[in-house]
Amino acid sequence: MTAALEASQLGKRYGQRWALRDCSLRVPAGSIVGLVGANGAGKSTLLHLAVGLLAPTSGTITVLGAKPAAGAHQLARVGFVAQDAPLYPGLRVAEHLRLGRRLNPGWDAHAATARIQRLGLDPRQRAGHLSGGQRAQLALTLAVAKRPELLLLDEPVASLDPLARREFLQRLMETVVDQHLTVVLSSHLLADVERVCDHLIVLAAGEVVLAGEVEELLAAHRVISGPARDPRRLPADQQVIQASHTDRQTTLLVRTTRPILDPAWTVSDVGLEELVLAYMSRSTPSLQSGDPGAVLHDAAEVRP
Amino acid sequence: MIWLSWRQFRVQALVAAVFLAALAAVLGVTGLRLAHFYDSSGIGACTAAGATDCDRLQLDFLDHYHSLRVIGSLLIGAPAIIGAFWGAPLIARELEGGTHRLVWTQSVTRARWLAVKLAIVGAASVVVAAAFSALFTWWAGPLDRVAASGSRLTPAIFDQRGIVPVGYAAFAFTLGVTAGLLLRRTLPAMATTLVGFTAVRMTIQYGVRPHLLAPVHVSYPPPIYDQANSPLGTNAWVISSKVVDAAGHVVATGDPAGFSTNTLAAACHGSPNLPDTFFQQCADRLGLHNVATLQPASRYWAFQAWETAIFLALALALVAFCFWWTSRRTA
Repeated sequence: MTAALEASQLGKRYGQRWALRDCSLRVPAGSIVGLVGANGAGKSTLLHLAVGLLAPTSGTITVLGAKPAAGAHQLARVGFVAQDAPLYPGLRVAEHLRLGRRLNPGWDAHAATARIQRLGLDPRQRAGHLSGGQRAQLALTLAVAKRPELLLLDEPVASLDPLARREFLQRLMETVVDQHLTVVLSSHLLADVERVCDHLIVLAAGEVVLAGEVEELLAAHRVISGPARDPRRLPADQQVIQASHTDRQTTLLVRTTRPILDPAWTVSDVGLEELVLAYMSRSTPSLQSGDPGAVLHDAAEVRP
Repeated sequence: MIWLSWRQFRVQALVAAVFLAALAAVLGVTGLRLAHFYDSSGIGACTAAGATDCDRLQLDFLDHYHSLRVIGSLLIGAPAIIGAFWGAPLIARELEGGTHRLVWTQSVTRARWLAVKLAIVGAASVVVAAAFSALFTWWAGPLDRVAASGSRLTPAIFDQRGIVPVGYAAFAFTLGVTAGLLLRRTLPAMATTLVGFTAVRMTIQYGVRPHLLAPVHVSYPPPIYDQANSPLGTNAWVISSKVVDAAGHVVATGDPAGFSTNTLAAACHGSPNLPDTFFQQCADRLGLHNVATLQPASRYWAFQAWETAIFLALALALVAFCFWWTSRRTA
């Protein structure tokens, strides 16, 4: 499968602070990717780099095989909704659609109008008077009606109430199915990501700590618990992501591709939320490089 | 992109159009009366005939439309207002509201976006300034023909006439755009534009303009009380003048047209009430003469062209900077 987005050693620095560092990843075409991380983890920075609003400090990023925002043609292939869905407050809903038509050669006027109607937006309403949910919907309409191949959404549902959020994601999924889009959507709401995404990228402190297909990631991790013992004595193919201990019991989240044979462990599947939180709370992203020594050292430190 | 730029600008354009229409009405009506009064008062005929005693008529005439000359100050302020209210918000408002993230991710390159915005609002700025200046230059024509109103080259008059307001407006507008681009906030950008524009204008007015063309130095013996025949020429822009004695010591500065009675009285250690002959003899004895540095009135259009070119060049440099900056840094 071709890559919709590919980054290699990508980094962005503001003054002394790296907002994103050494980021290498690949988003296959046709996937729906959840970009997850705490506030300030680098989600917006990564999306802005992908859409060409920022230029990288180091490394490279290619979007649909070309440099981001390399020209009008490249801009037309990528749809973007920035955080807080910026719109012109003084312009009416209909004028925003006109803006879309004027600025995008591939504009689908019919779909845009139909979408606005379905959403129940008054075309004469000024964008400044729309609710948060309506703004997000109008911004999404602008982004999809230009018929992009890749859609990038920065916290599209952050300001929405649960009902509006569900509605928004539902419409998004309909559109994705209709237009065969690749979507990268950042969020810190794991439930939403779990509902719509088939791929996952977890960022922590500007670095990628976990990336892959959701199913595969879930299949590759197990929660094991048993009598208290030193995690250093686990088999070499079992990497400890997170460890918690009581006097009698040890519970570990381990990454492994093989079945866990030791009968002392009780083995269970891991939920997506549990998995993501475990990676987000880890300070070092060393599992990416598969360095078990560092991992075990980490785990040992939390022993009582 | 043209539609969007126009849509964002149309309210401001309407305000400018209304203002210009009101101005045209006021200046049109009073300007016609002024021209008529110039002919009927006999001041035109008096100056044309080369008569030297038109003073009474001149003062009457200049008094008549004194209050309306305040519009000239408005013309001096117009470029600063254009820079602050049209230039500064042009990009700052987009950066402030985050809408640059919307518009820069449509299928239009940032360079084109900037080019169209600058072209539409920049052209409007230049047109407004040109129309205002043309109206006021026509209106003030009769006043300028009356010698006693001062040289057309003196600062307060030079800046309100001809083509320089166009250069000022182009510069103020691009300065506003640049300030908005760098500061990313509308109000600080507006304030910076007002301060920056005034500073550049004053620097050029007092520091650069007098040296654009090499000034003429004249030295002549004192034609006491005979101001009309001074070799300064009518309507020259006198940059400095002083009275020196035979040894080169400065006796007095100022008053370019000749010695005032008090100046002479002090130099000759006499009373101002003494007869002219006393002062003439005293001036001859001390070797008093006028020394002046001036720009002849004939250089008016050369100065207009120079100054306009300087401000247009500054504006072009700022435009180039804006293109470079938007392509380089962002988000």
